[in-house]
Amino acid sequence: MTSSSTRSINTPAVVGLSVWVGVMVLISNWMGQQAHRWLPVQASTAAPLVDDLFSFETAIGTFVFLGVVSVMAWVMLFNRAEKYDDSDAVPIEGNTKLEVIWTAIPFVLVMGIAFWTIRASEELGTLGPMEHIHPRNPVEEVGGYTGDRLPKEQVEVIARQWSWEFRYPGSNVSSTELHLAVDQPVTFRLVSEDVLHGFYIPAFRVKQDVVPGRAIDFNVTPTREGVYRLRDSQFSGTWFAANQSDVVVESAEEHQAWLEQASRAPLQPGLSRAVSEYATRQARSNPGWATVPPAPPPQVNVPGSSSQPHQA
Amino acid sequence: MTIATFPPEPKPEPGWGRYFSFCTDAKVIGIQYIVTAFFFFLIGGLLAMVIRGELITPESDLVDRAVYNGIYTMHGTIMLFLFTFPVLNGLNNLLIPTMIGAPDMAFPRLNAVAFWLVPIFGFLLMASFFVPGGPAYSGWWSYPPVSIQNPLGNLINGQGMWITAVALSGVSSIMGAINFVTTILRMRAPGMTLFRMPVFCWTALAAQSLQLIGLPALTGGAIMLLMDLTFGTSFYRPEGGGDPVLYQHFFWFYSHPAVYVIILPVFGIFSELFPVYSRKPLFGYVYVALASFIIVGLGLIVWVHHMFPSGVAQWMRNLFMVTTMLIAVPTGVKVFAWLGTLWGGKLRLTTPMLFCLGGLFNFVFAGITGIMLATVPVDIHVSNTYFVVGHFHYVIYGAAVMGIFAAIYHWFPKFIGRMPYEGLGKLHFLLTFVGANLNFLPMHPLGLMGMPRRVSSYDPEFTFWNVVASLGAFLLGVSIIPFLLNMLSAWIRGPKATHNPWNAIGLEWLLPSPPPEDNFGEDVPTVISRPYGYGTGQPLVEHQDEIERRLELQEAAA
Repeated sequence: MTSSSTRSINTPAVVGLSVWVGVMVLISNWMGQQAHRWLPVQASTAAPLVDDLFSFETAIGTFVFLGVVSVMAWVMLFNRAEKYDDSDAVPIEGNTKLEVIWTAIPFVLVMGIAFWTIRASEELGTLGPMEHIHPRNPVEEVGGYTGDRLPKEQVEVIARQWSWEFRYPGSNVSSTELHLAVDQPVTFRLVSEDVLHGFYIPAFRVKQDVVPGRAIDFNVTPTREGVYRLRDSQFSGTWFAANQSDVVVESAEEHQAWLEQASRAPLQPGLSRAVSEYATRQARSNPGWATVPPAPPPQVNVPGSSSQPHQA
Repeated sequence: MTIATFPPEPKPEPGWGRYFSFCTDAKVIGIQYIVTAFFFFLIGGLLAMVIRGELITPESDLVDRAVYNGIYTMHGTIMLFLFTFPVLNGLNNLLIPTMIGAPDMAFPRLNAVAFWLVPIFGFLLMASFFVPGGPAYSGWWSYPPVSIQNPLGNLINGQGMWITAVALSGVSSIMGAINFVTTILRMRAPGMTLFRMPVFCWTALAAQSLQLIGLPALTGGAIMLLMDLTFGTSFYRPEGGGDPVLYQHFFWFYSHPAVYVIILPVFGIFSELFPVYSRKPLFGYVYVALASFIIVGLGLIVWVHHMFPSGVAQWMRNLFMVTTMLIAVPTGVKVFAWLGTLWGGKLRLTTPMLFCLGGLFNFVFAGITGIMLATVPVDIHVSNTYFVVGHFHYVIYGAAVMGIFAAIYHWFPKFIGRMPYEGLGKLHFLLTFVGANLNFLPMHPLGLMGMPRRVSSYDPEFTFWNVVASLGAFLLGVSIIPFLLNMLSAWIRGPKATHNPWNAIGLEWLLPSPPPEDNFGEDVPTVISRPYGYGTGQPLVEHQDEIERRLELQEAAA
């Protein structure tokens, strides 16, 4: 190929490439906006931060993916060998300048994302979801809560094979359905009586493993009234999938009223789908592969429901 | 003294029996590994069909929950320890000695022992289906305390057999790794300096070095887990002062690098095949070769990203996020090098090339979701959800298994001596590519919506994408039929392969198909240039014309 012909095809190539890069930017931007729709409703202060970061990464990722796929599509369309052409292509063994460019750009890009993420994590830390881990102290547990350095409400979350129990020590209430007041910071103290569990409320975008032998403090501020799901996110055995609970976020007044009503209710067995399924299973002549028997349902003031319509 | 006849008399073809014997020929061991691996691939795939059958409806209705948990645990374990690692070791056995011009591996008997451990621990794992209580059910991570609960209290139980099998798999892999590393470092043909070595050997060297560094941690961790389970020690038992999180560090210190042990040789396969089917040299050979070792170094210091939600200080989260993201840089160097190789080439869309292109497509997608998973706040939301399952399967099935299929189609003529059928191969590619994307793409929206992984039932709002994923899985299940048909019929009565049917450059293509037991024997050619000299007109070895003419004469006489 002569140099003059190279120069003459350069201009349309540059224009075409620029137009295509422009199209890719537009598609990437659109995908970034779409990304918000793939996520559950935002119901905590953490959610917008997580979602914005995810949306940004979706846009960048779309651009990179489209770029690579465009090159692949181009060569598959225009750089195919003719049917009986056995010859080799023009050998190009490398280009140091290009190597430097495609090392430097991804480096800057990922470090930029990392920088943004560290800033977002710091903001999340000041807003709430930041955990403090204590070696579990039984004396402290028996003696109740010290009450100092706590946000307005503290909820003790006890995870078992397979049920969730919530205790509101300030009001002397317990339940198997989590009730929270909107816009009020809450501290969960996460403990497990047996194995690892995961405290995961997708609408809040928070997740924390519950580790036996430790008490983990974990802060969240719900921002939207509604019913959401709490799901066990760390595999905990046979009824892991059924170890879910409803989270009801209500106004401060409704929440106060619920607490007062609950404190007068007598203790009764809480919700545990595992217990009823286990009973059916053991009644069979051959119960099948081995399982750990479920813990008895916790005695609570309010069993609640785990089948009401939820938003996320 | 007798005068050698020219061309020499072809030896009678050795029988099938050697594939069932303690044979020390690396090429036999390689085929033993690959066939064994595909036997277990079918079992692991069948279990996947049961998993997707259960998940096609929200309720737990196909199998009992305990059975589901056992099945998903065994699916992961079989696919990793009895399919992916053995099939890659099979390729290592076939390719390393022939690519570097060695007569065999450095320690042939150790090599055979390493292979024969595979059916032994495979049998142990399969037997665990039939012990009282059923197989292990705590996932392929086997996190304690679930994994040390032992509901029946028997000494022989599924979980104990699982741990023993995984430890034996580690021993087998360490034996293999010692062999591969030594062979590559000590037995290269004259003139083959490190920077004249094919990239597959570079990636194999990198991956096997990772095995040597990482596996002792997993094996030690597994032995402690077995002691907690069997003898009541409390390394991980919280009630005895142990720490369940400690196990997670041992496990991921190896099991994250393990992903690179899998994907690095697949990068090697891409780097070998793109030049052949684009008729161009590999773009930036030296950078591609060195990037493997940068990935090794970084891959060893990222494991905590699997544990972001399990109670890790914020500064550690940030540190391990940064190391994880840095891996994108050497990986990017490789991806761009492949694109540079394709650019301006003369592409031939044969079956192996299609599998490479499809694998690259899936790998880039997986890389992007990998960056998302590295960023801590996003990871906190999607960790332990189907988003991770989708990402992982894009890496392992979408990229690695597709690369493995590419390698099998590409080197089948060399080691079997017969040509696979293109039509069946392309059908296999189409079903695999569509099936994999249909199966694994829907897992991403499911994870973003908050569906945890490892569940035997789920809320009805997740139904739509689960149905799509299950249909994709069934398609993937069907996709194996044209592959098996192709392999069996080509092996039995496929057209005879010449020594170099793809017109490829490499020492292995200067051997007859299939190569004799000692490969080049005494006449190892002297390497005089870098690999991938497509279009440069430079010969790879001294007297290349003569060697090729002799092979053609042999083929004409046969």
